[in-house]
Amino acid sequence: MKTYLIKRLLMLIPLLIGISLISFFVMHLAPGDPTALFTDPNVKPAELARIRANWGLDKPVIVQYFYWLKNAVRGDFGTAYLINRPVTEVIFERLPATLLLMGASMLITLLLAVPLGVISAIKKNKFFDHAVTVFSFIGMSIPSFWLVLMLMLLFSVQLNILPATGMYDPLIKSSSLFVRAGDLLRHLALPCLTMVIISLAGITRYTRASMLEVLRQNYVRTARAKGLPERIVLFKHALRNALLPLITLLGMMLPDLFAGAFIIETVFAWPGMGRLGVTAVFSRNYPVVMGVVMMSAFLIVIGNMLADICYAVADPRIRLERRD
Amino acid sequence: MFIKRFKKNKLAIFGLIVLTMIAFLAVFAQVISPYDPDDLGRTALEAPSASHIFGTDDFGRDIFSRALYGARVSITVGFVAVSIAVLIGLILGALAGYFGGFIDSVLMRFIDIMLSFPSIFLLLSIQVMLTPNIYNVMIVIGLTSWMGVARLVRSEILSVKERPYIEAARAIGASNMRILFRHVLPNSLYPVIVASTLGIAGAILTESALSFLGLGVQPPYASWGNMLQDSQAYLRDAWWMAVVPGCMILITVLCIYFVGEGIREAMDPRS
Repeated sequence: MKTYLIKRLLMLIPLLIGISLISFFVMHLAPGDPTALFTDPNVKPAELARIRANWGLDKPVIVQYFYWLKNAVRGDFGTAYLINRPVTEVIFERLPATLLLMGASMLITLLLAVPLGVISAIKKNKFFDHAVTVFSFIGMSIPSFWLVLMLMLLFSVQLNILPATGMYDPLIKSSSLFVRAGDLLRHLALPCLTMVIISLAGITRYTRASMLEVLRQNYVRTARAKGLPERIVLFKHALRNALLPLITLLGMMLPDLFAGAFIIETVFAWPGMGRLGVTAVFSRNYPVVMGVVMMSAFLIVIGNMLADICYAVADPRIRLERRD
Repeated sequence: MFIKRFKKNKLAIFGLIVLTMIAFLAVFAQVISPYDPDDLGRTALEAPSASHIFGTDDFGRDIFSRALYGARVSITVGFVAVSIAVLIGLILGALAGYFGGFIDSVLMRFIDIMLSFPSIFLLLSIQVMLTPNIYNVMIVIGLTSWMGVARLVRSEILSVKERPYIEAARAIGASNMRILFRHVLPNSLYPVIVASTLGIAGAILTESALSFLGLGVQPPYASWGNMLQDSQAYLRDAWWMAVVPGCMILITVLCIYFVGEGIREAMDPRS
């Protein structure tokens, strides 16, 4: 176990370096540069050149990359252009909002998807199963940003019961924790609902497939043969084993979850890391983009690794040492 | 056998019929659309009525006509992007699976890297650096979505290449490339067909998201995504601007999923 852990952690290093290499070069080989943001015609070319030199943009890209890497290894992701603050500071300020959104929606999704998937597997080819299948496909086909618009149209424009954008109401001056939490929940409702609808379909279908697979196994037949009540066969013998692969699925879904959260944050003006990153891409704030990409990639690979380890711990049939 | 089993799946048949209709509307958009999609001559933000069944947008353009032309763009982008992705995935997956060893580990690590990326940033960054237009959208989506196919092809090939007929081909002295492309690949294709069908749905969704963010198909050309982008500012006054293109995307993608699932079930001997 210990050697396996160390091996997995070491394997993360080339992975993260690869990710940083690709994103760095994709960004820096782009024509044009961040100083194009200064649209003021009074800024002299000499002045612009000085700023470029200041940001290190006058050196060859490969040199710039190694400078970046040297600092990044020490946890320093540089200074964000224009706002002149350390990138790590800006990111850690935004990270809680993203984690709150992702965590809340993941939890609700699981609480809904697992029962739906299990019931549809038990009632295979009955009406309930068909209904769940069709709704899952619809969930998979809805463009997330359009769903956002429709939910805003319904809850904010027509019914006017939920705020459409942001995370806090600036007009609420009350310092009561209760009022503030209520306000936060109201703002969280729509982005969270959007994410739940989008990720519900995949997990439901996966749970259903996994449950069906387990129900075909010999040990389920054995349990039935020895006369156990169906309830115990399903919930004690089958369900536990059917839920195991979900751990891996959650790990695999992380990149999609991030991508989804980023679009949803952007449309809802949710002050998370994704919105920070998307704005930074548009304004070519390279250090911020690199910081956000590396932070999300780090969370994704760590999440995947944890999923693999949890899976092995939960399933004694798997021996870590034998896997590559 | 395959067709017989596919026909049994009502959802898949339904999906196929609707897709054929959408494709028909897209191909004959010029003949069917009642107005020029770029003509600004009418009242802006007119609600759906007999003369404009889906209403008009903020520039007074007929939304029904624009939705038809948008179908052209979305479907074309879907097909071309997936073709690019499948081509890359097939080649890299085949090389990795067939040769194994060093080539395999390098390619697989590369795929790991691509998969741990929040791809939205890759998409956005590339689109910001290239001029956003329909061709670049296709290329970018293709370049960021081949990994699934590559993994699939690799694992299929790993299982096919141990079979006796491959050994027979090697015994009569066929070259590596000939064995790979004539014998191994054709026998690994079925899962790829399913994956690429579903990939088209994904590509259509990605195109619409990019266009929605202003990095995809550029106005005045209509695409479902950039029609939705325009609709954002008029959500309060003109709901039809947002509802129509979104429903078009939803229906198209949904039907592709139905068909893809139908193909998968028809080919899977276990079901």
